[in-house]
Amino acid sequence: MSDKVKVTIDGITVEVEPGTSILNAARQIGGDIVPPAMCYYSKLEGSGGKCRTCLVKVSKGSEKDPRPMPKLVASCRTGVMDGMEVQNITSPEVIEARKGVVEILLINHPLDCPVCDQAGECHLQDLSYEHGVADTRYEFDRRTFEKIDIGDKIQLHMTRCILCYRCVYVADQITDNRVHGILGRGDASEISTYIEKAIENDFSGNVIDVCPVGALTDKTFRFKNRVWFTKPVDAHRDCPKCKGKVTLWYKGEEVLRVTGRKDQYGEVEDFICNTCRFDTKNTSDWVIEGPRHISHTSVISSNHYEMTLLPVIKENPILIEANKIEFDRATKV
Amino acid sequence: MARKLLLENINVPGIHTFDVYRQHGGYRSVEKALKTMTPDAVVEEVKTSGLRGRGGAGFPTGMKWSFLAKPEGIERYLVCNADESEPGTFKDRYLMTHIPHLLIEGMIVSSFALGAKTSYIYVRGEMMPQIRILERAIAEAKNAGFLGKNILGSGYDLELYVQPGGGAYICGEETALIESLEGKRGNPRIKPPFPAISGVWACPTVVNNVETIAAVVPIINDGGEEYSKVGNGRSTGTKLISASGNLNKPGVYEIELGLPVEEFIYSEEYCGGIANGKRLKAVVAGGSSVPILPANLILKTINGQPRLMSYESLSDGGFQTGSMLGSGGFIAFDEDQCIVRNTWNFARFYHHESCGQCSPCREGTGWMEKVLHNLENGHGKMSDIDLLVDVSKKIEGNTICPLGDAAAWPVASAIRHFRDEFEWHITNSKTAMEQNYGLAKYADPLPKLEEAIQN
Repeated sequence: MSDKVKVTIDGITVEVEPGTSILNAARQIGGDIVPPAMCYYSKLEGSGGKCRTCLVKVSKGSEKDPRPMPKLVASCRTGVMDGMEVQNITSPEVIEARKGVVEILLINHPLDCPVCDQAGECHLQDLSYEHGVADTRYEFDRRTFEKIDIGDKIQLHMTRCILCYRCVYVADQITDNRVHGILGRGDASEISTYIEKAIENDFSGNVIDVCPVGALTDKTFRFKNRVWFTKPVDAHRDCPKCKGKVTLWYKGEEVLRVTGRKDQYGEVEDFICNTCRFDTKNTSDWVIEGPRHISHTSVISSNHYEMTLLPVIKENPILIEANKIEFDRATKV
Repeated sequence: MARKLLLENINVPGIHTFDVYRQHGGYRSVEKALKTMTPDAVVEEVKTSGLRGRGGAGFPTGMKWSFLAKPEGIERYLVCNADESEPGTFKDRYLMTHIPHLLIEGMIVSSFALGAKTSYIYVRGEMMPQIRILERAIAEAKNAGFLGKNILGSGYDLELYVQPGGGAYICGEETALIESLEGKRGNPRIKPPFPAISGVWACPTVVNNVETIAAVVPIINDGGEEYSKVGNGRSTGTKLISASGNLNKPGVYEIELGLPVEEFIYSEEYCGGIANGKRLKAVVAGGSSVPILPANLILKTINGQPRLMSYESLSDGGFQTGSMLGSGGFIAFDEDQCIVRNTWNFARFYHHESCGQCSPCREGTGWMEKVLHNLENGHGKMSDIDLLVDVSKKIEGNTICPLGDAAAWPVASAIRHFRDEFEWHITNSKTAMEQNYGLAKYADPLPKLEEAIQN
């Protein structure tokens, strides 16, 4: 007798732990039926429910109470019940609502992807590519803000922000003292610091990793390169503050930036400290583990970095070996 | 003269003071409940009465109370929602200003029923005079032994606090109110968990409207059975209606639920007809967030029945031809009022009051406001009308809290019923700046249902 509950998402049944959210149950199945999420971040407690892109239809509440839920629900914040049946991409209602949410998220977004550092790994870009329409019905001036520097390494460009609150949760949950938050109300609300105070703590850089769009960017990487020209490599170092497990983004011999290791949903495995992120940008600081696998759907994988010999790999026999297999597989295809 | 349960003594001079209120039978219900009844008996009595929440949603109060989780050793709280800020609604402010002890009496009985030892009255920040009035009334009641330790020797302790809000419409939503009460930013919480399980400081909490809590007093005094005889069908008891707009006698009226809308507007006892001898064009029956109805549909339902002031009758016909009782903010528009301008005004309000937490409401309310502003000022296009309907559909039902719905309904309903006027604003944009569309056919008798089907 297992304690697990059965939930059916788009006709696929999966057994999950009680208390799992619909979104996480869908992630256990994987594939196309995983609802997109802009604000939910599994490592941040209390996140989610705000962007409404993960709306799904619950066509059967549970085995005990089979009534459907009256409204679409945010799958990231709705727990599964035994026997629940959920429709995501099989429900036209959900697709329609998601289209609406994407349109609404984009009406005040500058769409300045050509000059945005986030382009290529931006969730809003992916989302609008999949669910958006080609033109806009919004004819008014878009909301704009001045760029502000919060700390010497991080720039906040509020114009691009979709107010997912992730960076606020990061500051609440992994740093000692939160000095930034939401000011204002409604569509005038903005992320800001207390009277433009700088964010200064050892883990502040993680707000860059969690930001789904290009609102919070790394000033040390700013305008250095497009992400799809850089090559991600997993590396670690002995760090007294964090686990030191990172992804280095190479261009030639040079480490252009350091981020946490992001999975296919853009969520980092471990949060990293600012020393690892901003101050250790030499190959000699790191022990290289191997190329970071990026989902084949991402534009970053289009430069086939996994198959080409990075300069840094040439000197490391283990990496040469690891890379050979990749290279053979790719050339066979 | 219909029977009044809440405002019976409203005209007695000095009723806002404890002594006068007590002389007129005040605090009887506290004595009755604390000395002769168990908390469960009070809840049962409220259930029997069929009282429904007076804040807007109309959820049965007794049922809400019985959902309250009662784990051992954890405090429970009762919070009175006095963050009344719906445009067109001003009944709670009236009640708190003139007869504050009624609310406090209701709070004591309700807190006793729920086993709350600390209760809060969350008052909107702008209502500073009412906050002072309530605090004074609480001090008087405490002085007379109706609050504090061991009330009337029954062993029941209750502390009652007034908490001023920051003045945001969104803080009238119960979970946003709880956040605000805790001293945080007033963003609605994602439900579940519901406040009955985890509310103020993660403790079980009940949030009730001022009028709901005040209505507990006559229920306990006369018994739930007696209260349920007042009213009509499942809409029991009396309701405070804040009548405003182009009426001869706007103001707060206590009506027995089930009163015909026509009688409410035109009888001398209530609003006394439309001001300046004009004709009625439209009515918003329950505060700005409920669908607006043209004159013919507010007086009669689509089936030709007279429309009554009750939860059921006003929502008869669903969103196609009906509206809602909501919080009882009754706004009447005469033939010279512009529905487009009014819709824009409502949209502007919701745009300003959206908390900005979830995307459809944050961006959608602003979008609708801008489009309506264009329409009203003669820059509209025909496609804008369908755009508004579409945007309102994208907001409705997809948000965390009901503010999204409340912003979408007035726009959608105004276009549904007054599409001619919107189109006229576009085709005659110059004329529309100088004069109004007028009454048109909005007060014409409804077509017979059979004919409508044939067409």
